[in-house]
Amino acid sequence: MTLPEAGGLLLATIARLITGAQGHWYGAPPKAEQRIYFANHQSHFDWVLIWAALPSDLRAVTRPIAARDYWTSSKLKHWITREIFNAVYVSRQRTDDEDPLEPLMEALRNGDSLVIFPEGTRGNKGDPAPFKAGLYHLAEAFADVQLIPAWIDNVQRVMPKGEIVPVPILCSVTFGAPLTLQPAEDKRAFLDRARQAVMALRTVQT
Amino acid sequence: MGALRNLSVSQQIGLLFVALFGLLVIVTAIAFSRTLRDRNDEQLVAHEQFKRDLRAVWIGAVLFWVAWIAGGFVSTLLFGIVSFLALREFVTLTHTVRGDHRSLLLAFFAVLPLQYVIVATEHFDVFSVFIPVYVFLAIPVISALGNDPKRFLERTAKIQWGIMVCVYGMSHAPALLLLDLPDYRDRGAFLVLYLVLVVAIAQIAQESASRRLRRRPAARAISRSFSWRAWGLGVLAAGFVGTALYWATPFKPIPALVAALVAGGSGTLGEFVMKGIKRDAGVRSWGGKASVTGAVGLLDRVAPLCFAAPVFFHSVRWYFGL
Repeated sequence: MTLPEAGGLLLATIARLITGAQGHWYGAPPKAEQRIYFANHQSHFDWVLIWAALPSDLRAVTRPIAARDYWTSSKLKHWITREIFNAVYVSRQRTDDEDPLEPLMEALRNGDSLVIFPEGTRGNKGDPAPFKAGLYHLAEAFADVQLIPAWIDNVQRVMPKGEIVPVPILCSVTFGAPLTLQPAEDKRAFLDRARQAVMALRTVQT
Repeated sequence: MGALRNLSVSQQIGLLFVALFGLLVIVTAIAFSRTLRDRNDEQLVAHEQFKRDLRAVWIGAVLFWVAWIAGGFVSTLLFGIVSFLALREFVTLTHTVRGDHRSLLLAFFAVLPLQYVIVATEHFDVFSVFIPVYVFLAIPVISALGNDPKRFLERTAKIQWGIMVCVYGMSHAPALLLLDLPDYRDRGAFLVLYLVLVVAIAQIAQESASRRLRRRPAARAISRSFSWRAWGLGVLAAGFVGTALYWATPFKPIPALVAALVAGGSGTLGEFVMKGIKRDAGVRSWGGKASVTGAVGLLDRVAPLCFAAPVFFHSVRWYFGL
């Protein structure tokens, strides 16, 4: 086992010990198909939670998006995001000649799955903020990639904004049925529908 | 029974484990053979429930076996881990807010390990007062520093309760391992097994009695199944099994009966109290399908032990004048 693999296993174990990291799959079984998972965003812990809730063979091909300036600022952060998570780096400063979605498109062309948080920023509580347009553009460009909504529950109690040490509280990730972009669907309408699909998972019961 | 009493400690305990695992194998085989028949949905649901319970008993039995082989330190560690998981589940279902973050950190990462370190190092004078005295003050102080007066008493009380049940109560089980009983050195492991077994018997007997008897519940809004007669039958069953096992305990038959009655009675009453807490939190079953947070139902299984262990522990200490 290589060092990044061992590190990944350790991180996943810690995440499970602290949050349980239970994944519930409704409408789409956990399969190794190319997918874009999109979820509500409340805490830095969100990505680790989704990642730990995935079966281990899906973890290797599912990549997070990381802000380049923050996650490459120290050697450790860079190592964790590059070696363990295989993150897709994006820059937050927009330059004229560069499409901010280009690194994501690149990863999708390679056949990788992505996890994105379309709110763009961490929300406080209650309903997620309106979704940003990136999800729509990706859905438009990659029609055959499944879009899976996911609701992350309880994680804001594990690590509220501004705290560093997580408290052990059980969390769950509920994955829903795939969403597809309708022909000629309006951008705003699609994003609202995607947001509703995420919020609908909040109350799913078996 | 007298011949059994003359066996060496490891022979006695070995015998008990052989009996326990033999029984489990038989029950599992019967349960498996019954899956081959056609059944309706209701029976299938009941069978799934039974399978889950059976799996829990298997895991518990294997854990005890490992703990017995590995000795006092590992047993204490195992109980510490169970304590952690139970507290995690308890906290999940009480609505804590941001201001509680620091006190929860204190509970999980300072109070819990410290309590088990105190148990492992056999500081019994500190062990009984550490949480009720020192932590009782420390938690609300940290909570108050969280600077949020909204529902302060309620939030703090819930954290205190979680610690009392999941950490303080639970830690009395491994503490039995280390009690220095007359003519009973190194047999503490059996005393723990005795406690767990008796509590489990009381619980199972009460459950099946309430299903058969269908008596009027003592408090319908809390629990539909808890009636005084079913409770009494559960406690009696515990007493019966406890007396039958007296030869491996430090007790004579009559005190063994009383000890089993006390442990079984307090365990099932503790479970009743836990049902009240669950109702308050709005969940019917701690685990399984009822909760989105995916609690695994561990608390359900260990709650009776958490309530019975301190009562049993102090009864034993008082009886032997330790």
